[in-house]
Amino acid sequence: MSVRQNRGMVALIGTAAALALLLFLMPALGPLFAWGFPDVEPPIYRFASFPQVFLAHLTIVAASSLASIAAALLLGVFVTRPAGREFRALLGALAAIGQSIPPVAVLAIAVPVLGYGLWPTFLALAIYGFLPIVANVIAGIESVPVAVREAAEGMGFSPFQILRSVELPLALPVILAGVRTSVVINIGTATIGSTVGAVTLGTPIISGLVGDKLPYVIEGASVVALFAIAADLGFEQIGRRLRVRAE
Amino acid sequence: MIELQDVVRDYGGRRVVDRVSLAIPEGAFCALVGSSGAGKSTTLKMINRLLAPTAGRIRIGGEDVSTLAPETLRRSIGYVIQSVGLFPHWTVADNIATVPRLLAWPRPRIAARVAELLELLRLDPGTYRDKYPHELSGGQQQRVGVARALAADPGILLMDEPFGALDPITRGALESELGLIQQQARKTIVFVTHDIDMALRLADLVVIMHEGRIAQQGTPLEVLEHPADDFVRAFIGSDEIGLKLLTVRRVGDRVRPGIVVSGDPLAPAATLTEALSQMVVRRTDRIPVRDPSGAVTGSVGLSDLLR
Repeated sequence: MSVRQNRGMVALIGTAAALALLLFLMPALGPLFAWGFPDVEPPIYRFASFPQVFLAHLTIVAASSLASIAAALLLGVFVTRPAGREFRALLGALAAIGQSIPPVAVLAIAVPVLGYGLWPTFLALAIYGFLPIVANVIAGIESVPVAVREAAEGMGFSPFQILRSVELPLALPVILAGVRTSVVINIGTATIGSTVGAVTLGTPIISGLVGDKLPYVIEGASVVALFAIAADLGFEQIGRRLRVRAE
Repeated sequence: MIELQDVVRDYGGRRVVDRVSLAIPEGAFCALVGSSGAGKSTTLKMINRLLAPTAGRIRIGGEDVSTLAPETLRRSIGYVIQSVGLFPHWTVADNIATVPRLLAWPRPRIAARVAELLELLRLDPGTYRDKYPHELSGGQQQRVGVARALAADPGILLMDEPFGALDPITRGALESELGLIQQQARKTIVFVTHDIDMALRLADLVVIMHEGRIAQQGTPLEVLEHPADDFVRAFIGSDEIGLKLLTVRRVGDRVRPGIVVSGDPLAPAATLTEALSQMVVRRTDRIPVRDPSGAVTGSVGLSDLLR
């Protein structure tokens, strides 16, 4: 294990530990916030415990990311097959549109159809997180050298065997980079779900904004920030391990 | 026996291969030679169905390849390309084991075969088995490429300019090793190259292609002695035809029995070029020749080269 790898691992463990401490020891920070914001009572957001809110946030990000990944893999693989090649440009355009519509707008459109709560948030995140993944699925598969694919075909691999044994393993580091971008963005974006009633780390933030209680905003935002950084560092470690194995 | 019968291939409105008919006997080394765009690679890729002919028929051992499942067909034919195409995420051993795995050979048999092939291609199994392709030199990568093609012991080997990207010394070494492998294992080899000298040196059957058609096919000697037309004459290098004839003729055919001179003898399989070279080096017009048993029973003189 190299020094740099070691440092990345230390940073990951450090951030994750800080996140856990903040989640479980938030009530202990009460005196600190009371000293900073004497007018706010209570100084710590209390309608739900931070570990609970965090878990709900994690669940909704994980579920929407899994949906994005599944859809991106399916469609990305499809448009790189001979049968689906003509849909490649269309998919790229759709993904770009999905990325350019603000998730808030998706929420506004989705709420009348899906109602308040979890589902509109899930939909908005899944659409928003789709582009970085599908773009990298396509880029990763297309980065497989022509010679390698020709050799595989000439050896007698079936098209499915080429996909499973050659294209996907070689594209994996690139795909993972897309997943990393998508997940990290959505950890932040998921907070807006609380505007339509989903329980996320945005709940204390919105509550603080609405009730003019700045400490709640700081508490929620710092947990989200640590969560996003920890996730980013975690993906970096996975990616590094993949590269080491491939080299 | 590989038979091509009036094979045509069109690509984008252009006729890339035009009524090619060819019979490659079992165990033969066939070189498809020609300049870029002559249709040699396209012809090769139709044999293992990487490309489909527009018209015509291709048979292997009497069986029409278009009736066989492409994957099954390709697993029974070794395939080597210029850019090698080793799987970068697999070790050398995994790469070589590709086709045996596709054919579901038992593990110990695969391991034994991998070691055997590494030895055959002069790569020490202990050193190279677990290396990844990017850790090898270009020449070593292509050795692994050849080993991978030979892994399931196919009767036929298709090679698309396999050594074209290598330096001359590495290329020469690999070509002569390929010649030895072909002789020992009696593979039918179809070899695409633009190097006419290599074709004349190694092939039993030289097929010269020009603009999608076969300009001439025959043994190296036939092609050199009776070039079919001006294109073939120019392609084999009309200025040097005499010298090239010396490279395809053997000392054994020109030896004068009974005339024995002193010095290191040549083997009967040596080319006349070697004999001429030795005459120049030794400043003599006569070189002793041994018979297959090793006894020196004759010699070859300068005038014998010209007969």
